[in-house]
Amino acid sequence: MDLRPSDPVLELCAVSMAFPKPSGEPLPVLAQVNISMREGEILGLLGRSGSGKSTLLRIAAGLIKPSAGEVRYHGAPLAGPSKGIAVVFQTFALFPWLTVLENVEAGLDALALPRPESRRRALAAIDLIGLDGFQSAYPRELSGGMRQRVGFARAIVTEPTALLMDEPFSALDVLTAETLRTDFLDLWTGQQLSTRAALLVTHNIEEAVLMCDRIVVLASNPAHIAAEVPVSLARPRDRLEEAFRGIVDQIYSILTSRSLESIGAQRQLRGGAALPRVSVNQISGLIEKFAAAPYDGHAELATVATQLALQSDELFPTAEALHMLAFAEIKQNALRLTAAGRIYAQSDTEARKRLFREHLLQFVPLAAHIHRVLEEREDHQAPRLRFETELEDHLTRQDAERTLRVVTGWGRYAELFSYDDRTRRFAVPV
Amino acid sequence: MEQHAQALMGGMWQQRLPNWRDLAAVILVLALLVALGTAARQMASPWVDQAHTISLSPGALPLYALRTTVRMLIALVASLLFSVIYATIAAKSARAEMVLIPLLDVLQSVPILGYLSFTVVFFIRLFPRSALGPECAAIFAIFTSQAWNMAFSFYQSLRTVPRDLQEASSALRFSSWQRFWRLEAPFAMPGLIWNMMMSMSGGWFFVVAAEAISVGDVSYTLPGVGSYVARAITQQSLTAIGWAILAMTVTIALYDQLLFRPMVVWAEKFRVEQTALAVVPWSPVLELFRHARLLQSLGAGLRAGVDSIMRARFSPSRPAWSWRPRLPRSVVDGLWYAAILCALGYSAASLVRFAGPTLNRADLASVLSAGGLTLLRVTVLIVLATLIWVPVGVAVGLRPKLVQTVQPVAQFLAAFPANLVFPVVVVLILRLHLNARIWLSPLMILGTQWYILFNVIAGASAFPGDLREAAGCFRIRGIRWWREVMLPGIFPYYVTGAITASGGAWNASIVAEAVSWGQIKLSAGGLGAYIAQMTDAGDYPRIALGIAVMSVLVIAMNRLLWRPLYRLSERRTRLD
Repeated sequence: MDLRPSDPVLELCAVSMAFPKPSGEPLPVLAQVNISMREGEILGLLGRSGSGKSTLLRIAAGLIKPSAGEVRYHGAPLAGPSKGIAVVFQTFALFPWLTVLENVEAGLDALALPRPESRRRALAAIDLIGLDGFQSAYPRELSGGMRQRVGFARAIVTEPTALLMDEPFSALDVLTAETLRTDFLDLWTGQQLSTRAALLVTHNIEEAVLMCDRIVVLASNPAHIAAEVPVSLARPRDRLEEAFRGIVDQIYSILTSRSLESIGAQRQLRGGAALPRVSVNQISGLIEKFAAAPYDGHAELATVATQLALQSDELFPTAEALHMLAFAEIKQNALRLTAAGRIYAQSDTEARKRLFREHLLQFVPLAAHIHRVLEEREDHQAPRLRFETELEDHLTRQDAERTLRVVTGWGRYAELFSYDDRTRRFAVPV
Repeated sequence: MEQHAQALMGGMWQQRLPNWRDLAAVILVLALLVALGTAARQMASPWVDQAHTISLSPGALPLYALRTTVRMLIALVASLLFSVIYATIAAKSARAEMVLIPLLDVLQSVPILGYLSFTVVFFIRLFPRSALGPECAAIFAIFTSQAWNMAFSFYQSLRTVPRDLQEASSALRFSSWQRFWRLEAPFAMPGLIWNMMMSMSGGWFFVVAAEAISVGDVSYTLPGVGSYVARAITQQSLTAIGWAILAMTVTIALYDQLLFRPMVVWAEKFRVEQTALAVVPWSPVLELFRHARLLQSLGAGLRAGVDSIMRARFSPSRPAWSWRPRLPRSVVDGLWYAAILCALGYSAASLVRFAGPTLNRADLASVLSAGGLTLLRVTVLIVLATLIWVPVGVAVGLRPKLVQTVQPVAQFLAAFPANLVFPVVVVLILRLHLNARIWLSPLMILGTQWYILFNVIAGASAFPGDLREAAGCFRIRGIRWWREVMLPGIFPYYVTGAITASGGAWNASIVAEAVSWGQIKLSAGGLGAYIAQMTDAGDYPRIALGIAVMSVLVIAMNRLLWRPLYRLSERRTRLD
């Protein structure tokens, strides 16, 4: 395939997105994002869950209208889903009441082709994607991998110029995902697709390096482009090759430095920023792993991810939480346990709770804030709604909800405060 | 590969040869067509009041049952069309939704015979001297007993279409028409069919009441099972009542086998959940048609035709964003609110003008006390039915073998029009000199108590096995087992059943609180008896008052009791 950069097939120009806060002011979730999908390349869009990458894909597909900026397809502004742009969904989004053949044919409905023509094209797509023999099966009869193949067949049957893939392999098990990736890359490098440009949204760093020609790394709050990493390795790529590892490490260090920045922002916002979605069990688990041999309190994140088979979107939030709670420190690509972290690893439950409580009060402004409000009130109670509204000044409703869930979990463990879901009130534990 | 093998063996040719199933299927289809034709011809014939020509001989019953059934069928089709249109408008437009959904709530709570008393004159004037007038009035009455919950179900389905499928439909650029047939209609299908079956039960109940009606000096009698029963009551013939019960039993069984069973089995493929069912529904009739070769190949052509209509675009795909300049949202909203207020004000004013002069405080007081009495009855009956059927339902539901036999019976009993049995009870009350005010009450819940039973059975049989085992391990027994294990588990199912049972009891009160046997009239007092009495007298202002009070009571009970319970059950039994 001709890899010469030329006019973009699909282009996001200064795209922004904002939702209204309770007060009515806009709360930005996407800020001035510029992305162009060039002819002949697979572009990766890498970011954490909640970093706005799926929103970006939906804007590119014409499914969501951006608050500002525009999408250009072959140079013309896009106003909704368009011919020539196809989407593959994370959850497959197949119609359960249609057979495989009918699901693929549904992709052609918009073209209003004569029946024999649409049947011929659907069968060709089914053949190409390796679904032969499954035409008359219903999605419920298929394994996850086969279902996603139907999702791919439905997308390519329209012979799209731009193919947008929203975490297409993340709902599959490791082996199936790898098979599907390889099969897709074979079709791509074998030039069997009419597709000129592809966008792959993912949170899996290795997947991005394996598949993409260029990777855009997203950072959140509001989402913006943190870095752009070209991947000029020859295909097929070998995950163990030094150059491959080098790019993976490079992306890890970009993400770690973003982590540090976001923790800094959290401190500045004094309780108004999103907390990483991590449970106490995950925190304790990672501390114990790091404290034990062979790491002995210090390791590189990329290495740990591979050895513990952790996805980067599981590892980073946990590492961030450790850093935030001062049980560990993120430095460059590595995580080092602090003295408190080492003590925590060796303590019993009661001591851990005490330590966690101290650190929560000292280092997590939101937890300290809730605690203070409860102490000040005469009945030592406060409605959850109060903190929710405060958080919604800085976060989307969804993020505010999640952050409160996280802090509730931490606070309950530390016995800093209790929460009753029936009355939806926080209280000082008795 | 399968296709190749068949082609080699001449399978393509063999497929077109008729088999014995074709014969059976063709006979079935022809018989249905002839029956429908007969009934339709009679419906459009000139009007002759049948009050004195209704024959009590059992030989006349099959034709009467047919006429009754066809009325049901027509009303069902009308309800279906209504539901689809009404629900689609409500789901697609936020402004229409604001009016249509509360309106549906009210329509649902109005007792069904209330509609009849107000529309009968209209329909008779619409088709003077034709049987179509009374037929339409009866069909409309049945329609009002079926349409609302179907519309509600369709609306809720449209509102809960999974997001990813919606996005896929947009990304595939379906037109509104394609989107409806590809996504919305299939997704709503299981819920709609279930509600059609529920509606059918309500319909049977009121078709019997709607065939022989008198509102003041307007009265008519249509040939059907209902007027047969009415005649049997005036003639005091218990034998004829027995025949009617038998005929209805057969009719409902046939209806179930020929219509609903095949539909339920067919609708299986529209279920979104990918889990297997505990009891796999099976329909011999559908099997027959699926294996009738000739019909299958004829049907393939038909299906291709229908399919191409469903795949046609008719309109361009809906642009996701419209760039049209329009009035600011707040202005349009303001105008809309103003329009609603005007309409409400006008309706209220015309109601007062219509009913005001004849009604006074004493009327209101007597209606309210009657309402209180009926409310008390409904409450006591629901409590009694709960105490009886919850333990029975749990006992059955935990024994899979028993479920297989009891569940269809409970569903059948729920579908059976209980008012056919009323005369039997009335005769008992008369013979044993019982107090009508007490002993007529159970009639209200006779038909709808089964909803509690079969919902509890469904809940108990869906109760997670591991929770039961855990309860066994920790030796949780007796009261604690009920309180901590079983009751929370079946609670959502129970609430669903109890809502239906209580709504049905209110509706049935009009028929159950005032009954007659020959010349003897028994009244239990209460709001139902009040409305029935005013309908007899043709006193429209008081009918309206009675109906309004009943609607308010039903809506209040739903809002203050059932909905909070339902929300509680949803919140407390979830694990995420």
